[in-house]
Amino acid sequence: MAAAELGARPLLAGRGIWLPLAVLALAGCAALGLSLAVGSASVSPEALWAVLRGEGDALSRTLVLELRLPRSLSAFAVGGLLAVAGALMQVLLRNPLADPYVLGLSGGASVGALAAMLAGLGGAVITGSAFAGAFLSTLLVFGLAHGTGSWTPSRLLLTGVVVAAGWGAVITLMLALSPAERLPGMLYWLMGDLSYSRTPWPPLALLLIICLLLMPLGRSLNVMARGPLQAAALGVNVRPLEWTIYLVASALTAMAVTTAGSIGFVGLVVPHMLRLLLGNDQRLILPACALAGGTLLVLADTLARTMIAPEQLPVGVITALLGVPTFLYLLYRSR
Amino acid sequence: MNRLGLGDLVIDVPGRDDGRALSLGVEPGQVWGVLGPNGVGKTTLLHTLAGLRAPRAGQVLLDGQALATLGRRQVARALGLVFQDRQDGFPATVRETALIGRHPWLSAWQMEGGEDLRLAETALARLDVDHLAERLVSTLSGGERQRLAIATVLTQTPQIWLADEPTNHLDLHHQTAVMALLAEQAAEGRAVMMCLHDLNLAARWCDHLLLLYPDGEACWGPRDAMLETSALERLYGQRLATAEVDGAPVFVPVR
Repeated sequence: MAAAELGARPLLAGRGIWLPLAVLALAGCAALGLSLAVGSASVSPEALWAVLRGEGDALSRTLVLELRLPRSLSAFAVGGLLAVAGALMQVLLRNPLADPYVLGLSGGASVGALAAMLAGLGGAVITGSAFAGAFLSTLLVFGLAHGTGSWTPSRLLLTGVVVAAGWGAVITLMLALSPAERLPGMLYWLMGDLSYSRTPWPPLALLLIICLLLMPLGRSLNVMARGPLQAAALGVNVRPLEWTIYLVASALTAMAVTTAGSIGFVGLVVPHMLRLLLGNDQRLILPACALAGGTLLVLADTLARTMIAPEQLPVGVITALLGVPTFLYLLYRSR
Repeated sequence: MNRLGLGDLVIDVPGRDDGRALSLGVEPGQVWGVLGPNGVGKTTLLHTLAGLRAPRAGQVLLDGQALATLGRRQVARALGLVFQDRQDGFPATVRETALIGRHPWLSAWQMEGGEDLRLAETALARLDVDHLAERLVSTLSGGERQRLAIATVLTQTPQIWLADEPTNHLDLHHQTAVMALLAEQAAEGRAVMMCLHDLNLAARWCDHLLLLYPDGEACWGPRDAMLETSALERLYGQRLATAEVDGAPVFVPVR
């Protein structure tokens, strides 16, 4: 909010929608290309180009197409999902500090997934259980924050923070009770880890569908950002829209968490940076979040794979190391 | 839709008896002032009339149709509301803020076009804030924000204006300018209803008055019939001295 609070216009606001999106899309492609090329064994740009055209030697093909590409696409999809979910929560609560991680959605999804893992179940059950956890968290936060009065942003945010803390305790309890041989997998998953992600297509498809669905809602979201009464006076059906935002954000979070575990701060930092650059028109910010969030997580995952290669770091550690100082700075600035 | 009807309307003020139900019509061309002490339900009344909260009893009618049966968008095309206070969400410029007044007129896929931009620019110029168009709303003064809020409703082009203390924070010149704008809207065939604390502005600019008493009682009618000093003294629990200045009655509180 720094530049904005000083009264300056966002740097690129009002330049149309397509130029910023094209630049972000190019950056995304470049990040994907980089993530395919570097790693414990690097692939030269020529070799990479050959593989992408369907040529090249068998080893490079296996490395790029079967190992790196699915993982990079998963990272892109998860980053996009988290950033869009964060942007939506921020509009809903009219608070730049909201994101699925802070509001307990990630926590709920994690508890669901860990419970399934603890029970020795796998695959689809973990996914379904994480979805159930995220939606349970949604209902808890929205139901409790509503109470007998009406939703206020600060009440929603506080309820979300407390529910998130509760999920944190449940997670610790589950870890304490789980047998030692399951612990490393669970821990890694809690910190966010893309090496377990199987196919990138479900999260990518969800990201695309949600972005298309949100396009016609963009202007209504802009009006919602002015507060529910103002939005209602300008013809927005506020309550259904609020539920839509919250449920969509939950679905996005649940999908992201089941793909890559619990990754924090992408949903917080990406929308914020983009608002500083592009202004606050949701019709631009939401697709831009999908692209920039994806790009950021692809880069973070590439770092996680290569920093101490051949060992791997959980990508959540990288995003947290970037996100914590940013979050603290924003809190400090926003007073 | 340019006629606002109140059919046996009882507004929902928590912890108060029903009082007298309001049955009146705000006709095109009329300027109604709502007077009453703090906490009497003036804002609640305007929000109820705009459909933002449900009445305890009775109904609000837009051209004879119950407001509750109309879609939000349809209501927003007919009826604009100037809020008493507003929240800053995310940073937005003055021009962007005025442009959201076009929201009820645009379809989901439509971007704001040249005509919308022209309406917004005209409204900003009319309220004397066009030179601030590029500024962020958070950097404006209270009076400038108030004028921007009115410019946003002007951009919305409603047939019925509801204004909650439209002269709040305004200097003397802009108070008069805003009241003249609202009177002009009425003269062009729109209906206006506003809450006011300034008896003298009400006496000068409104042609009908609605007086809301703390116990839920209410009375309404043409201005001259309502400006009884004794009734106004009872309304505010305040003794008043009256004089006539520039052809209009002036009320001054006395100690």
